[in-house]
Parts: sequence; structure tokens; C-alpha cells
Amino acid sequence: MMKDNIDHPQPQYQKTKGYWHAVLRQLKNEPLAIISAGILLVLIIAALFAPWLAPADPFKASMLKRLMPIGSPGNLLGTDELGRDMLTRLMYGGRLSLIMGIVPVFSAFCIGTTLGLIAGYLGGRVNMVIMRILDIFYAFPSVLLAVAISGALGPGLSNSLIALTLVFVPQIVRVAESVTTQVRQLDYIEAARMSGSSNLSIIRVHILANVLGPVFVYATGLLSVSMILASGLSFLGLGVKPPEPEWGLMLNTLRSAIYNKPYIAALPGGFIFITSIAFNLLADGIRSAMDIKK
Amino acid sequence: MLSYILKRLLYALPIALSVTVVSFMLVYLAPGDPLNAIAPADAPADVIQALKSAYGLDKPIPIQYGLWLWRALHGDLGTSISSGRAVLGEVLGAISNTFMLATIASFIGVFIGCVLGALAGYWRGSWIDKIATTLSVIGVSIPHYWLGLVLTIIFSITLGWFPAMGAGPGGSSEWVWDYEHLKYLVLPAVTLSVIPMGIITRTVRALVADMLEQEFVIALRARGLSSLVVFRHVAKNTAPTVLAVTGLQIGYLMGGSILVETVFAWPGTGFLLNTAIFQRDIPLLQGTLLVLCMIFVVLNLLVDIVQPLIDPRMGRT
Repeated sequence: MMKDNIDHPQPQYQKTKGYWHAVLRQLKNEPLAIISAGILLVLIIAALFAPWLAPADPFKASMLKRLMPIGSPGNLLGTDELGRDMLTRLMYGGRLSLIMGIVPVFSAFCIGTTLGLIAGYLGGRVNMVIMRILDIFYAFPSVLLAVAISGALGPGLSNSLIALTLVFVPQIVRVAESVTTQVRQLDYIEAARMSGSSNLSIIRVHILANVLGPVFVYATGLLSVSMILASGLSFLGLGVKPPEPEWGLMLNTLRSAIYNKPYIAALPGGFIFITSIAFNLLADGIRSAMDIKK
Repeated sequence: MLSYILKRLLYALPIALSVTVVSFMLVYLAPGDPLNAIAPADAPADVIQALKSAYGLDKPIPIQYGLWLWRALHGDLGTSISSGRAVLGEVLGAISNTFMLATIASFIGVFIGCVLGALAGYWRGSWIDKIATTLSVIGVSIPHYWLGLVLTIIFSITLGWFPAMGAGPGGSSEWVWDYEHLKYLVLPAVTLSVIPMGIITRTVRALVADMLEQEFVIALRARGLSSLVVFRHVAKNTAPTVLAVTGLQIGYLMGGSILVETVFAWPGTGFLLNTAIFQRDIPLLQGTLLVLCMIFVVLNLLVDIVQPLIDPRMGRT
């Protein structure tokens, strides 16, 4: 390269704050989303630090203290059918329930985006094979698919995680594939290819940035569904096994108490509901902050 | 039009076929021998062999599948291991209960959803819009099995208006259309209806709001037509989408009612699936899955076929 002797003015770079920063700033105008994020944060902290925050041992049963009412001294939210402290078990229960709600969406996000990128970018026969196989999953209603897979695999935490991931993957692939297919035909991708970029770097630099946004929004919308389905599997006895504390399972074991202590029996479900509605409102906020139409 | 229907049918065929493969193969995901459910662990080898050939389990899996499909096509889904009765009879009995529950729930949900969604979309930003939006968020976020429990606590335990469980007096599962039986239907149907209610409210609200900004609506208004007439035009244009969503919702509810059926001890397919899963009753699991999924495939197909009939624009594309 030739060296010139002209004094170039140093370009005044200002570090741009970036897209995600702008989204975060937009999110500040969504009060419902902020409140939801706050509620989720409290639930997550309570679950994460349960061993330090919880007032009692989640497994310690007591025959004398069965089904104590809400507000009993020493048991703020009462006790369950085996005399275990409800507040403690609800805090610990958040651990498994949140894991069961979030992990399937996260793994489906990773697997689905990859498959969608491959199908959309390569197109042709590869696209057809991937998409037609996924069409089969669409022939099953999602609750039925989740119940059937985890029923076939047998009860257990990891099996229900696998079942839920399999339910969400096809949906995420569809979103990722359709965005990739649209972007792939744009001129600047052609330009990048002609200037010698490899497929991998085109996907990584040019396509991924376009695909991640819509897929991310779609995935956050799935979190609430995932919470409901995951706890539902435990409610059916297909998820976590007793005596582990988990909201869906607690709801199931407390069903025998709906006649004499209805409030306590309904309590775990209330937490599933709060979490799921908070996820939903947060997802709505993120969607409008990112200005993506449903 | 005829070629369109044929094309949809041809497209549904491979899907239906793969559904049979998945329904059949799902069971083989499970670790362990399917025979464990029937034979005791210490059964002598010749008994196990006899049982294997009786259930056709001694043949290779593709052949088992072929035989199973062939019999299924002839209306024979095998014998339930847990009850010893024919699977088809069990499934058909349960499915009519589930279908009734899902259909009624869908119609409640669709009706409320359409009214709320239309009002909310028509008067966007008004108080009725806020109520409708809140209700729809609750509808899609609420764990319906928990709602079922809460409704039981309120209307059955506290108020005593409706029975908490079952599908008829005295635990009968024979359905009769009378007042006594209808009382059993109310709580499960209302519980199940919140899901389509939430989804339809959202869909209709967005559709109506979108439609009102279209030029033809502005033209109708400019011609001085009353808002009722304008509304009729808007309704006509939203109908195909609403119909499509409704069709799919019935399908989703048929498969998704398992949780609500468990809460209310409703004698439907959810109950069968529960039995099949926990007693490892493989023929029953395969049969129930197959029938439910086939209904879903057929419903999808019907929606695809009916939609262009009421909306000619779709048939042309």
C-alpha cells in the first residue's frame, strides 16, 4: 500500500451504543414489562437463594402440623398435607419450576435457530427435508405431543425437559427459516458472497443479526407456555417426582386438601400463574420495544 | 376448486402416514421391554415367548408397524393390556366425551373472544379495550388446570352450584342431554374455554383494528353508511381467519384437554392417556394417540378446504 504524506484528520469515532441498548431504552417506556421483570427478578432471587432465605427445611415433615392455615405463627403461608412449611416449599419449588420453564425454551432456541439457519440458507433439498420432517410435529397438538413424549420416555425431570424442547423446536425453526430465506435473497448478501466471504462468515455476520431478533421475541413468548406445560407435566405426575418441591407437583399433591384448606391448595398454582403472566407481559413489552409485529 | 381440494388431500396424506409412524414408534423411545407391563419379571422363558408371539412382539419392528397399520386401517387397534377390551371401543367411547367438551369449550371461547375482540378493536384504547386485553392476557397465561381447581373451590365446594367431578350422577359415563348431566359439563367447559377465548380475542382485536384502517372502510364511511353497516363489512372480512383459528383450537383442545380432564375426572381421552401411560398399556397409548392425531390432521384439512370456500381470494393463490 502506498503511503501518503497528507495529514488525515482523525475520524471522530463515537462508540455507538448498539441495537440492544436502544431496545433496553425503549423498554423503559413499557411500565407493564418493567413491573413484570421486577416480579420475575424477585421470584428468581427467592428461588436462587432459597437455602439462605427460606425459613425452614423443605423436606421436614411433621404429622402434628399438617395443613396449618395461612398466617400461622412460624408458618407464614401455612403447611402442606405432610406438615411441611409452604413458604419454604414455594421458594424451593421456584427452582425446579423456573428451570423446567426456561431450559426447554433456551435449548429449543439454540437448536431451532441453528436448524432454521441451515434450512433457510442452504435452501433447496436440505430445506425441504428439514421442513417436511418438522411438519410431522405440527400434526400433533402441542400438549398432546409433550404428554405423549414424556409419557413414553417415563416420568422424570430430564425426560420432561426433552419432551418440551421437542415441542418448541419446530416452531422456532419455522420462524428462523422464514427470516433467513427472506434475508438470503437481499443484495448485500450477494455482495458479501462476491467479495469472497465464506458461507459461515456470511451467516455469522450478516444473517444471524437479522434472524436473532424475531426468534428471540418468539422464544420469550414461549416462556409462559413452557411454564404452564412444564408444571402441567408435573401435575400429571410426568415431571418431577415427590418429595421434590415443584409448583405443579405441589398443586397435584395438595388436591386432596381442596375441601378443608382451599387457599393453601390453590397457592402453588397461583405462583405458576403469576410467573406465566409476567413472562407474557415481558414478552409483549420486548416485542413492541423491538418493533416486531406478531 | 376441485384441484385445490385434491392438492390439499395429497398433501395431507404423507402427514397422516408419518403420524401413524410417530404414534407407533413413540413407545419404542421408552427404555425396557414393552412386555414388562404384562409378564412378571420372573416368568419362565416359554411363557414370555408365547406372550411375545401373541402380541406380535417377536417380529422385527417394521413388520410390526406394517401389521399394526393394516389392522388399524381395518378398525382393529388391538387389545388394551390393562382392561383386556378392544382399544377402538375404549377410544371411541372416550373421544365422544372429549369431543363434546372441546367443541363446547371452543364455542364458548370463540363467542366471547369474537365479541370482546371486535369491541376492543372497534374502540381501541377505550375502557372496553383495556378489559378485553387484560382478559385475553389472563386467558393465555393462566394454567388452566389451576383455573379448574379454583373454579371447583368457588362454585362446587363453597357455593355448591355444580358437581366437582365426573360426567354424570353416580359416576356414570353414559352421556345424556339433560339438566342433571349438563351440570357436570359447565365447569370443565368453562375452564377449557379460556384458552381459545384469549387467543381469539387477540386475533379478532388485531384483525378488526387493522381492517378499520383499510381504504375500503374509509370509503364506506365517506359514503355515509352507518357504523352497523361498516361493522358488517368488517365482520365479513375477518370471518375466514376466525374460522381457521377456531378449527385449529378445537383440535388443540382435543389434545390438550388431558389436564382439565384429570382435574374434573372427565371420562375422556385424557383419562385414557393417563391410564395408558402409567400402566404402560402400549396398544392403548398407540391407539389413543393415533385417533387424536388423525382428528387433528382432518380438522386441519377441513380448515384448509373450507377457508377458500368462504373467502374466494384464497382459492386463487
